[in-house]
Amino acid sequence: MTAARSSLTWWKQSTIRCMEAIEVTGLRKTYGGRDAVAGIDLVVARGEIFSLLGPNGAGKTTTVEILEGHRRRTAGDVRVLGEDPGRAGSAWRARIGIVLQDADDAADLTVHEMVRHIAGFYPEARKADEVIELVGLSEKRNSKIRTLSGGQRRRVDVALGIVGRPELLFLDEPTTGFDPEARRQFWDLIRTLAADGTTIVLTTHYLDEAEALADRLAVVAEGRIVAEGTPATLGGRAAAEARVSWTENGTARTEQVPDPTDLIRRLLADGVDLTTLTITRPTLEDTYLSLIGATR
Amino acid sequence: MIAVSLSRGHVELLQFLRDRTAVVFTFFFPALLLLLFGTIFGSESTDQGVAVSRVFTASMIAYGILNTAFVTMGAGLAMDREDGTLKRLRGTPMPASAYLIGKGLLVLGLSVAEAAVLIGVGVLVFDMPLPDAAHWLTFGWIFLLSVFACSTLGIAVSALVKNARNAGAILNVPVVALQFVSGVFIHPMSQLPDWLEKVASIFPVRWMAQGFRYVFLPDGAQTQEIGGAWNLGTVAMVLGVWCVIGLILCLVTFRWSSRDR
Repeated sequence: MTAARSSLTWWKQSTIRCMEAIEVTGLRKTYGGRDAVAGIDLVVARGEIFSLLGPNGAGKTTTVEILEGHRRRTAGDVRVLGEDPGRAGSAWRARIGIVLQDADDAADLTVHEMVRHIAGFYPEARKADEVIELVGLSEKRNSKIRTLSGGQRRRVDVALGIVGRPELLFLDEPTTGFDPEARRQFWDLIRTLAADGTTIVLTTHYLDEAEALADRLAVVAEGRIVAEGTPATLGGRAAAEARVSWTENGTARTEQVPDPTDLIRRLLADGVDLTTLTITRPTLEDTYLSLIGATR
Repeated sequence: MIAVSLSRGHVELLQFLRDRTAVVFTFFFPALLLLLFGTIFGSESTDQGVAVSRVFTASMIAYGILNTAFVTMGAGLAMDREDGTLKRLRGTPMPASAYLIGKGLLVLGLSVAEAAVLIGVGVLVFDMPLPDAAHWLTFGWIFLLSVFACSTLGIAVSALVKNARNAGAILNVPVVALQFVSGVFIHPMSQLPDWLEKVASIFPVRWMAQGFRYVFLPDGAQTQEIGGAWNLGTVAMVLGVWCVIGLILCLVTFRWSSRDR
């Protein structure tokens, strides 16, 4: 038993070293002749927080559900933790965690009952109370899930997603219905998990969330990835022109320049009052909207 | 695997018991019907001198099993597909069989309790005597075959339910229809047109009710049955065949989700 366990640990570590968490090539999913996913290539490295953005109906959820093993694909090659999710068995499922977006189940169980129940399926589960504390629901431990608020309900989903100590965690719009404070706490939780080496795939509508959490992100529109990069570089964001605004002799002035250095130097030399100076680059939201707008 | 199945069964039972509507309206409904029928027609006797209330008690056990096995299983599965229970479990290492065994444990527990309540009403309210050990043994196998056949058929039919809100209505159509033609509500069955009697005999309910009447009625009452005999061999055969059909349908139609994948 000990030998089997240690060889399993060795095998796990070696797979961690030599494989990406997710490798997708040419992924397609067709419903009744229409492509919901029309050829996606994707690589997510171990330990990375990867975010998938895109409007409703863009193929985001379909893609993630194929990666989770919930849906079959029409074509393409998919490896998740080294296995094909369409064929992988329960040992593979023990290594992934899924945070559902719209589940409504177990309403008559208490938080603790449900977390402990799901924990029982995993070989190396966290303790139920530990997970409940991690998601900040200790006070609601013995409350029926039916009585929780929307945000608290989603935190139960997060608890159930991480209770099995997953190597790879899928989060589908996890903070919908959270108040701002709960969102911040949730972000901290995700960062803690990532710091422990958990790979995280996050789909979200909130661009500030993607910007705050993601190491890398991709924008999906009409079943394809239209841009990929870090939050700072996505869609040529870093190279985009800076918008410099200031007030000169009582009139508002604005100029778009690739590099504001020369402009600022000139303004200083001219003795312009720079109290109201702002330099802005397109926000992630601007970039995102222009990216998905371009495909329409 | 055993631990996981038991854990599923425990959670299923907890959830059922905490849903008071289900307990009152699903579980106690057959007992309520038995009280009504037994009281309304109770003073009458059959030609063999058996109180009609006693005939109802025996036959109603078939209805009880349909209710706890077929309806509870079918509606429960449709609900689990809709509210995310199955989707959540599909994403964990839990095997599908553990889910089904858990549901099976719930259904078995409910069916035992349902039969106990109906027999209790029969004994306490309608003075029905309890049978001897040999009859209880027969009760055992008829009960188990009935529960298995009804549960697997419930799983199969749940695949046809697109919206869990309609599950109860859809599942109750065959249940109520079969009650009327299978000698549960209307006994003896010989009152039915010949063709209807033949159609009813294809389905398991007639044979379940007939088997339970064998267990709880005096032997002379068999003259009321079609062919004038209990025909336990045919009861076993028909129920056995439906168990196989149910199991095959269940394996072929079981889906984790209500959406087309």
